[in-house]
Amino acid sequence: MESLEALVAHIQGLSGSPEEVAHLHSLLKQADGDSLRAHAAALVPFLAYLSPETHSLGYLYLLEACATSGSNLSEFGGGDFLVTIAGFLTACSADQIRLAPDKFLNVCRVLKDQVMQLNMPIRGIAPLRAAVRKIQSSPEQLTPVHADYLLLCLLAKQYMAGLSILEDDIFEVDQPKDLFLYCYYGGMIYIGLKKFPKALELLHNAVTAPMSMLNAIAVEAYKKYVLVSLIVNGQVPSFPKYTSVSAQRSMKNHAQIYVELSTSYSNGRYTDLETFVQANSATFQSDNNLGLVKQVLSSMYKRNIQRLTQTYLTLSLEDIARSVQLETPRDAEMHVLRMIEDGEIHATINQKDGMVSFHEDPEQYKSVEMVEHIDSSIQRLTALSKKLASIDENMSCDPAYLMKTGRDRGRFDGRFDYDDYDSVPHKFF
Amino acid sequence: MDVEGEVPAAAAAAVMNGLGGAEEASAAPVSAEQLDVEAYAAQYSGRTRLARLLFIADRCGVEAMQLEALRMAYDEIKRGEDVQLHRDVAAKIGGRLGPRFGLDQAWVDTVTRRADQRKEKLENELNGYRTNLIKESIRMGYNDIGDFFYVHGQLSDAFKSYIRTRDYCTTSKHIVQMCMNVILVSIELGQYAHVSNYVSKAEQTPDSLDPIIVAKLKAAAGLANLETKKYKLAARKFVETGIELGNNYSEVIAPQDVAVYGALCALASFDRSDLKSKVIDNINFRNFLELVPEVRELVNDFYASRYGSCLGHLEKLKPNLLLDIHLHEHVETLYMDIRHKAIIQYTLPFISVDLNTMATAFKTSVTMLEKELAALITENKIQARIDSHNKILYARHADQRNATFQRVLQTGNDFERDVKSMLLRANLLKHDYIQKTSGSRKM
Repeated sequence: MESLEALVAHIQGLSGSPEEVAHLHSLLKQADGDSLRAHAAALVPFLAYLSPETHSLGYLYLLEACATSGSNLSEFGGGDFLVTIAGFLTACSADQIRLAPDKFLNVCRVLKDQVMQLNMPIRGIAPLRAAVRKIQSSPEQLTPVHADYLLLCLLAKQYMAGLSILEDDIFEVDQPKDLFLYCYYGGMIYIGLKKFPKALELLHNAVTAPMSMLNAIAVEAYKKYVLVSLIVNGQVPSFPKYTSVSAQRSMKNHAQIYVELSTSYSNGRYTDLETFVQANSATFQSDNNLGLVKQVLSSMYKRNIQRLTQTYLTLSLEDIARSVQLETPRDAEMHVLRMIEDGEIHATINQKDGMVSFHEDPEQYKSVEMVEHIDSSIQRLTALSKKLASIDENMSCDPAYLMKTGRDRGRFDGRFDYDDYDSVPHKFF
Repeated sequence: MDVEGEVPAAAAAAVMNGLGGAEEASAAPVSAEQLDVEAYAAQYSGRTRLARLLFIADRCGVEAMQLEALRMAYDEIKRGEDVQLHRDVAAKIGGRLGPRFGLDQAWVDTVTRRADQRKEKLENELNGYRTNLIKESIRMGYNDIGDFFYVHGQLSDAFKSYIRTRDYCTTSKHIVQMCMNVILVSIELGQYAHVSNYVSKAEQTPDSLDPIIVAKLKAAAGLANLETKKYKLAARKFVETGIELGNNYSEVIAPQDVAVYGALCALASFDRSDLKSKVIDNINFRNFLELVPEVRELVNDFYASRYGSCLGHLEKLKPNLLLDIHLHEHVETLYMDIRHKAIIQYTLPFISVDLNTMATAFKTSVTMLEKELAALITENKIQARIDSHNKILYARHADQRNATFQRVLQTGNDFERDVKSMLLRANLLKHDYIQKTSGSRKM
């Protein structure tokens, strides 16, 4: 076991080219271990000799040893250590740290724990965002850091910060548990931003992900899923067939009260729904869903008013109030006004007669913006299709797959039939 | 288009009532002074006459009519051999018709004794035939037993016996006879699935059938469809029934019934072209309609858009129809359907319709009409919008171009979302698989 100074010298010396880094890596692995951690306190001054960008790997090892040494980090100069970690995460070189991903993740975890302990989640946001970018091998990969990052954004109520990470589509997942947390927190961020359709997507992924046994995150996600789909669609769809068997069987049992809420909602009577919510507000509160439930309530009015736009050209405010079960025409007027402002319906209110005239959606689909929107959609979808096709190709070449289906050699040609791309995704699973 | 305005006040009031919603026919007693019980019962024979008389007695609210029906039922039963029915009718009469119409225990005993003797004899004969293994005799034996049970009111035993003859039928005539028997019993038991089954069996026999039998089968099929609420099929069967039916099927259905059921189901379910070709221009069915001129008027009024008078006729017929054992549960639904069709047909040719004129044409108030229209629009049966301020209905045709754009964008979004989550799931499964094979956990 070399002394610390020798180690540091190695780090400084061997961080030039990739081969040197590989050599350094093996040296570091030898030096790694509890002995390094035992010297944790002594390591900190040495860190000052190293620069995070060029000596990332070495820095990482030393830093990780300090961080996981188990001793109280405030010994290392308290908040400064946090700054050190933050600085490292922002400045490190991606190639080098990818050689030791576990350590990197440990460091990130420590940062998050510290920040939460200090009750200042906002301090962890910028470093972790940088960390996510650095450790991802491709923008489509999910890492454990994602979940931590989203958690901090939620706690700090910095939803827009979370958005930048959420906008990347995830296709590769190493640990299913990360996915659940990611989808759950991501759904909550979108709910906070009131982008309910996207929240629905993420929560749907969480609920329908393959799982051999039901886990608590999925159950919580399901509760929110029920509420958000009531807000967006007015109904909760049944489980699609690719949902795992364990989910289909027992999910609803854990979320019984939400299922009852959705049946009450579909009956369409506001007063019934309101009484139900009042009666169960304690349960909703303990799940931290009371705010969302209140939004479900108000969405019922909106849905009923929208139904009216399909049937009537003009309608008096009293009639609106009566059919939507509001108290007075003034309430009806307020609701309609708010919906017009939010762009959910197109109408004009004539206060003199107490009449509301409903109009058609003025979108003519002729504008330049609309054409661009359609064009970009088409391009996005073509890219997605190509991706799907390439994955299909890869899978067809996979030896395990071929073994399972390649009983009769004679039909070899039939399998490589790339012509029918109109296959609906559901055919796969 | 001219719309008739004058309809008697009684019909107007009746229309308002009919609008009030589907009242459960079983709850409300029906006033039906127009129905002549004797004439009505004369159209039928056999057990269906009894069933109908008893039904009328239960449903009509008029004591005189009730007693009349019960009296006729009593006499009829005395002519037959069903002991249980005799007891029921005697209980229902309850002594109101005098001592002659009470429970005749002596008669009951005689009949029961005679029945037991006959049953024993038949069973012995059948066992004899069975040991001899003569197919034809076994078949006739089972048939006789079936008839015996039927006459004595033991319908499920009759059913079983008739079914048993199937194995011993040799010619298509036998098969047809068996089917007809089974159909008869099934109708009385209310098992209409069997009726449809056996009708198709009978129609599939290789020999060509007697036109009367064909007509009977069509009528039975129509009845089965009616009772299982398949009104369109029922209408088709009824209008295809040949006039040869005449009075030959009086143990099940009278030709007037064919006309009424067929016309009502057709009005409720056929579109205009079908109505014209299959009902109004159908010479065959016209013969049936002649038997019930009111219904013929009704159909013609509907086709000529004289909705006020059409609905008036319907209301006049309603009380009698509620006393019909096959139709009573369907009267409300059929009437509602016919009314909706009338409304839809009324609004079809116009760009805008004044709700006031429409309300007078349909003998209803503007508010009720508005509610009905709103319901129909929500169900997407009328393409229109209501201007509640000015009380006008404007036709509105969806803009196909915009709708297509919307749909396309929506489909694109759905595709994107579904494919992404599918790829994600595929990836999860792949990693699970890799974990299983490699045995080591990554990251």
